Amino acid sequence: MSFELETATNRESLRRVAIDPVSRVEGHGKVTLLLDEAGHVKEARLHIVEFRGFEKFIQGRPYWEVPVMVQRLCGICPVSHHLAAAKALDPVVGAVPITATAEKIRRLMHYGQILQSHALHFFHLSSPDLLFGFESPVQQRNIVGVAGAYPEVARQGVLLRKFGQEVIRITAGKRVHGTGAVPGGVNKSLTPAERDELLQDADQMIQWSRDAVHLARRLHETNGSLYDEFGLFRSHLFSLVRADGAMDLYDGHLRLRDARGQIVRDDLACDDYDSFIREEVKSWSYMKFPYITELGPARGWYKVGPLARVQNCDFIPSTLAEIERQAFIAHGDGEPIHAPLAYHWARMIEMLHAAEVIRSLLDDPDILSGNRMAEGPRGREGVGIIEAPRGTLIHHYRVGDDDLVSYCNLIVSTTHNNQAMNEAVRQVARRYLDGRQLTEGLLNHIEVAIRAFDPCLSCATHALGKMPLAVELLDAGGALLDHASTGG
Amino acid sequence: MTKQFLLDGQPVPFEDGQTVLEAARAAGHYIPSLCWHKDFPPHGSCKLCVVKAAGRHVSACATPAKEGWEVESNTPEINGERRGLLQMLLVEGNHFCPSCEKSGDCELQALGYEYEVLTPRFRHFFPDRPVDASHPDVLLDFNRCIFCELCVRASRDIDGKSVFALTGRGIDKHLVVNAESGRLADTDFAKTDRAANICPVGVILHKRVGFAVPIGERTFDLATISEKTLKEGSS
Repeated sequence: MSFELETATNRESLRRVAIDPVSRVEGHGKVTLLLDEAGHVKEARLHIVEFRGFEKFIQGRPYWEVPVMVQRLCGICPVSHHLAAAKALDPVVGAVPITATAEKIRRLMHYGQILQSHALHFFHLSSPDLLFGFESPVQQRNIVGVAGAYPEVARQGVLLRKFGQEVIRITAGKRVHGTGAVPGGVNKSLTPAERDELLQDADQMIQWSRDAVHLARRLHETNGSLYDEFGLFRSHLFSLVRADGAMDLYDGHLRLRDARGQIVRDDLACDDYDSFIREEVKSWSYMKFPYITELGPARGWYKVGPLARVQNCDFIPSTLAEIERQAFIAHGDGEPIHAPLAYHWARMIEMLHAAEVIRSLLDDPDILSGNRMAEGPRGREGVGIIEAPRGTLIHHYRVGDDDLVSYCNLIVSTTHNNQAMNEAVRQVARRYLDGRQLTEGLLNHIEVAIRAFDPCLSCATHALGKMPLAVELLDAGGALLDHASTGG
Repeated sequence: MTKQFLLDGQPVPFEDGQTVLEAARAAGHYIPSLCWHKDFPPHGSCKLCVVKAAGRHVSACATPAKEGWEVESNTPEINGERRGLLQMLLVEGNHFCPSCEKSGDCELQALGYEYEVLTPRFRHFFPDRPVDASHPDVLLDFNRCIFCELCVRASRDIDGKSVFALTGRGIDKHLVVNAESGRLADTDFAKTDRAANICPVGVILHKRVGFAVPIGERTFDLATISEKTLKEGSS
C-alpha cells in the first residue's frame, strides 16, 4: 500500500532533490523529494540505503557468540543489542529466570546505556538545532558551536555521556562493545570499589539530567507554535510496560495505544510478537515497515521510543522523573502529544529516570553478589525484547541441538519508526518546503524532523559529525541546476 | 665455563643441546613463536621465531645455540618480518577478534598487539569452511586455523588418537578431522584430551563457555604475551 506523498504520479517529469546522507544521525540514510515545476512537493521518502545481513550471517554460529557479535550492529547502542540477544538466549540455557544479581547488573548496564545514548543524542546531535535555530549559520550548528556559546550545557552533556559510558565499562568490561551479558546471566559482578566510583557522581547526574529536562520543557513552553506543531502527525504508540503499567525499559509486556491515547492492546506477551507484528517490504528502502497485524499496514503503524514510552506507561517508578512525566502529560491538555520535537523532552525525562534507576541500583547489595549465573532444562528458541534508547528492540533466535543458531529475526527500534519518520518528513516538506526556493536551512528542517526520532539508520558504527551533507537540484531532464554542500 | 652467545648484543648462556629460543627465553629475552611448545619437538612452521645468526635467517626454535654466535632478534628488520608474517596469518583465516570468544586469550591476537599490527595490510582470503558443531562438548571453527599442528601433534603423540591432520598443499592446505565422515562426533575425541586444550587461536573451543571470563581478567588482559611467556619460562 502507499501513503499520501509516498509515490508521485508522472515521476519522470519531476525534479529530484536528494539529502544524501542525512547528517547528525547514526548511520546512512537519504531523503529524496520530487518537485513539480512550481516547486510543489509531490513525493517525499526517507530511504535506508545500507544492507547489513546480520540475520543471515548469525546463522550457523554458536549461540554464546551471538550477544557479542550482534552488538556490532551499532556503535551508539550496542548494549541494547547485547542485552536483547542475551535475554533471548536465556531460555535456551534454561535460565528462566536469571538470578537477581544478573538482572540487576544487566539493568544497570542498560540504564547506563539509556543515559549515555540520550545524552549523546540531545546534546551532541540535536542541541545545535534547538539552541541556535534550524536555519542558523551552518558553521555554528554543531557541538563545537554549542561549546562556544553554551559551555556549561556542552560540558554537562559530555560528562553525562561519560558517566553512562563508565556504568557500561564497569558492568560490561568496555565502554563500547563489552561482553558482560552471557546467556544465563552476566560474567561479572561489581566490586565495592567499582560501585563507589560510580556513586561519587551519581547524584550530580540526576541533577544535570533534571536541568536537561527543564531545558527541553522550556522550548515547548516558550515556543509552542513551533515545537508543538513541527512535523506533527498522529499515530499509535507502542512500547514495553511493566506488569503494573510502570515504565520499564528492560522487561515487561507490550502495549499499544491509539492516537487518542486509548489502550487498544495490552498484556501482549513478548514471545508472541510474530503473531501481532508484520513487516511490509517496499522496493525503495532496505528498511521494512512494521505494523500491527490485526490493524493492517494502512492503520496499524505506530511510533516507538521516548515519546511513545513516556505516554504509554501509567507512571514512571522514580520520583523526579514521574514529576516531569506529569508535567509533560499536562502539556498535552488531555490529548497525547504527537509532536516529533516532543521526543526530545520525553527523551530527557527518560534520561532523568535512568540516572535515578542507576543511583538506586548502586545501593543494592545484590550487584556485589557472586550469584551471577542460572541454568535449567535446555530450550530451542527464545525471544528477547528490550526498550533500546530509540525504541522497542526485538531479537528472536532458534538454536539447534548442535548449539548453532538456525534462525534469527531482528526488528530494531528505528524500523518500527520507519513509517512515522516518513510521515514527519512529508509533513515538514508540505509545510516548509512546498513551493519555495530550497536552501540549506530549509532542507535542515527535514533533518531536524528525522533527528527528533534519534534514528539509528544502519544500526552501524560511523564517525559522528563528520558526514557531509550534499544537496543537488536536478531539472526534469536530470541536468544539475543547483548544488550546495556542508561539513565533510 | 658456561658457553654463551650474543643476542642483540647481550650475552646469553646456554647448555649443549639448548636451542637459541630456549636459551634466550631462559635468560629473559623474548623470542616470539606460535607453533613451538615445550612439550613437543620443534616444528619450525610459523617462522615467527626466525632470527639472524651469523648473517643467516634461522628458526630459533629448531637451531641449537652455538658458542660465540652473534644473533639478531629484536631489531627493526627482524620485527618487521615478524609483523609481515602476522599480517599474512591474519588474512589467511577469518580472524574477527570483535566477536571471537578467544579474544583476550588468543596468541595470534596477542602477537598482533605485541608487534603493533594495528591495520590490515593484505587482501583478506575470507575462507568459508563450515564449522563442525557435531561433538557434544567441543566446537571446531576451521576458518581460524594457522596450521601450527599443535592439535595434530598432541592428539597423535600424547592422546594417542590422531584425531586431526592437515591435508591439501600450499594455499589449499587445511585442517581436517580424521574420520570417514569428517565429523568430530565420529571420533573418540574428548574435551579432556590434550589436543582439546592446546589450540593457540580460536579453532578448538569448549562449548557453552565462550565469554564466561570478563574483559580485564582474560589471559592477555593481565600480561602481554612476552611478559607471560618469560614469566612462565622462569617459574
